[in-house]
Amino acid sequence: MHKLKSENMKSDIIISGVGGQGILSIAATIGLAAVANNLYLKQAEVHGMSQRGGDVQSHLRLSDQPVASDLIPFGKADLILSVEPMESLRYLPWLSKSGWLVTNSNPFVNIPDYPDINDILEEIKKIRNNIIIDADSIAKDSGSSRSGNIVILGAASPFIDMSLKSLEDAIRKLFGRKGEEIVDANLKAFKAGLEFSKQII
Amino acid sequence: MKKLLLLGDEAIARAALDAGLSGMYAYPGTPSTEIMEYIQTSEDAAIRNVHRIWSANEKTAMEAALGMSYAGKRAMVAMKHVGLNVAADGFINSAMTGVNGGLIVVSADDPSMHSSQNEQDSRFYGKFASVPCFEPSNQQEAYEMIFDAFETSEKYKLPVLFRITTRLAHSRASVTLKDAIPEKKLSLPVDPLQFVLLPAIARKKYKTLLSSYESLKYDIRLSKYNFFKDGKNRELGIIVCGIAYNYLIENIGEANKDIPILKIAAYPFPHDLIRDLTSRCKEILVLEEGAPLVEESLRGILDDGIKVFGRLDGTVPRDGELNPSIVAHALGFPVEYGKEVPQLVKMRPPSFCKGCGHADMFNSLIEAIRPYGPGHVFSDIGCYTLAALPPYSAINSCVDMGASITMAIGAADAGLNPSVAVIGDSTFTHSGMTGLLDAVVKNSPVTVIISDNSTTGMTGGQKSQATGRLELICTGIGVDPAHLRVITPLRKNHEENMRVIAAEMEYKGVSVIIASRECIQTATKRKKE
Repeated sequence: MHKLKSENMKSDIIISGVGGQGILSIAATIGLAAVANNLYLKQAEVHGMSQRGGDVQSHLRLSDQPVASDLIPFGKADLILSVEPMESLRYLPWLSKSGWLVTNSNPFVNIPDYPDINDILEEIKKIRNNIIIDADSIAKDSGSSRSGNIVILGAASPFIDMSLKSLEDAIRKLFGRKGEEIVDANLKAFKAGLEFSKQII
Repeated sequence: MKKLLLLGDEAIARAALDAGLSGMYAYPGTPSTEIMEYIQTSEDAAIRNVHRIWSANEKTAMEAALGMSYAGKRAMVAMKHVGLNVAADGFINSAMTGVNGGLIVVSADDPSMHSSQNEQDSRFYGKFASVPCFEPSNQQEAYEMIFDAFETSEKYKLPVLFRITTRLAHSRASVTLKDAIPEKKLSLPVDPLQFVLLPAIARKKYKTLLSSYESLKYDIRLSKYNFFKDGKNRELGIIVCGIAYNYLIENIGEANKDIPILKIAAYPFPHDLIRDLTSRCKEILVLEEGAPLVEESLRGILDDGIKVFGRLDGTVPRDGELNPSIVAHALGFPVEYGKEVPQLVKMRPPSFCKGCGHADMFNSLIEAIRPYGPGHVFSDIGCYTLAALPPYSAINSCVDMGASITMAIGAADAGLNPSVAVIGDSTFTHSGMTGLLDAVVKNSPVTVIISDNSTTGMTGGQKSQATGRLELICTGIGVDPAHLRVITPLRKNHEENMRVIAAEMEYKGVSVIIASRECIQTATKRKKE
């Protein structure tokens, strides 16, 4: 499989979702891998009020050069990695023209005026480089219904400037204290996400 | 050299520990909370038994930290920006007394009000109190500055203000650690009257403070963070403060040799640095996160000197947080936005968690108060403030910690009946108790609902000082036990709870209803452990 690497080794990633969906563990996994690869890293997180079921995002910037801004400028993100479909659209002003949008297809409905999911998926398909993945089902098949976020990380991994091994090592490290079973389920979830993307790109 | 991946908040906490901290004092508040949390979970802090217990509010935290400094040890106190308002009396006067052991006051500002009621700029407090103020631009600088801040504090015998903003507080980066310094030993101030601010003593101390503030401008520990980097361009020079520096470098690159730049990260700064810049350039752009503090002093009232661009002329938005695209725009660089957000994307405001006790309490209150019409409920700062949003739309105020009870008293004084206050348990022990005493002393006809989830919920579930003490506190203050009611906010108790609230609203004196059920988040976390 080809790695879609940029020339100067830089990945600007927006991770999005709803407070409580575990986007910080995605960020933490990528962060651990970045440190192991001796990359420069900045990762802006949302703490506080929005964590109560509001929209949350994390700006994650990796590079082989020092990173100045904690925030990604508009139009410069290489990847939007979203745990929730409507939330993936909220950050389009940041996505570069050649960037990828990888999102879960399952809506998280906690507002009364949540739009029709089919309309949302139509909007996502208008983005040239998109991957829509039913992460919840794939996670369940992998033996851990709670690892949907890692399925999406797997699906997005071809667009992150790091080796698969380093991401898998990071998963082992992050989930290690929860036991071998959880680690295996998450590694399986990661691979299943990756296989899904391979068929598309 | 040891490297760690740390939030800005964590870098500050780690630095303080490595710089010989003996006591950390704080009340939780976004975006400052993780400073204390890091120290509470640090093995080093546990081994050394560094003080690391939450305080009742920012004022008690500030004063306890000053007490530790009095005893000769290094202390740090951390709070969100509005917390410094609460601590202001102790803070301003600690500049008058001065310190013994080094004392750092961290104030975490929240421009764009991600989790706050205003975006006040704490740098004004530094100037107001005439104390040194550090404003780091990144995590590594924050780490290193803490060492210099402690040394500055001890050299000048002054507390040091350490100003950060949300973006630094909650952004992670790799930080290289320095060798740790041992803690200081207990030692009393040389002058036994140092901390006695009797007017005759205070007048002398104020003169010393004013002269210290002047000499600080040229102190090496501050000035190494304020640097002037010349460039070839003779048209535009840039003054950039704190984290705005990152956004500037993002746009022009570290290697840029064209634009003369004056970076300010410690205050007071020497005015001749400004003159170095203005003598070379025809125009100045000022980039600062927060209020236009430097820009205003550059312009003065007449604003008839060198041409200045910044927040005051609209080159940069007057309010809100900066970002790399705003700075690009101010520099005249093109900003290429991605696609617009499709119209179907809806707002997703924060909301009560599923199974939250506050929600059940509000459902009962809403029904009990319906006959009186809208406009009777004063509330406070915490998760329960979310009841301002639909479908609840149940509260009419959220101003500052504790203001629910005192505003209810004032409205009752004016004749509003019923006048209801809804306050959380942690907010009540932070600043609600004194208001309740006012109510008891004059027997105000107010109904106070303490929505007790036994934690400080909004900031992530820190220990609440109120837990297990609320009834004792209320009866101790003098609330009539007949009108101190305890209810359990569960759906199955709705009818009964509604009747209790309705009955107490009819009582023409002080009632307190404690609606007590553990936060669903902390309860879930506890069951997992």
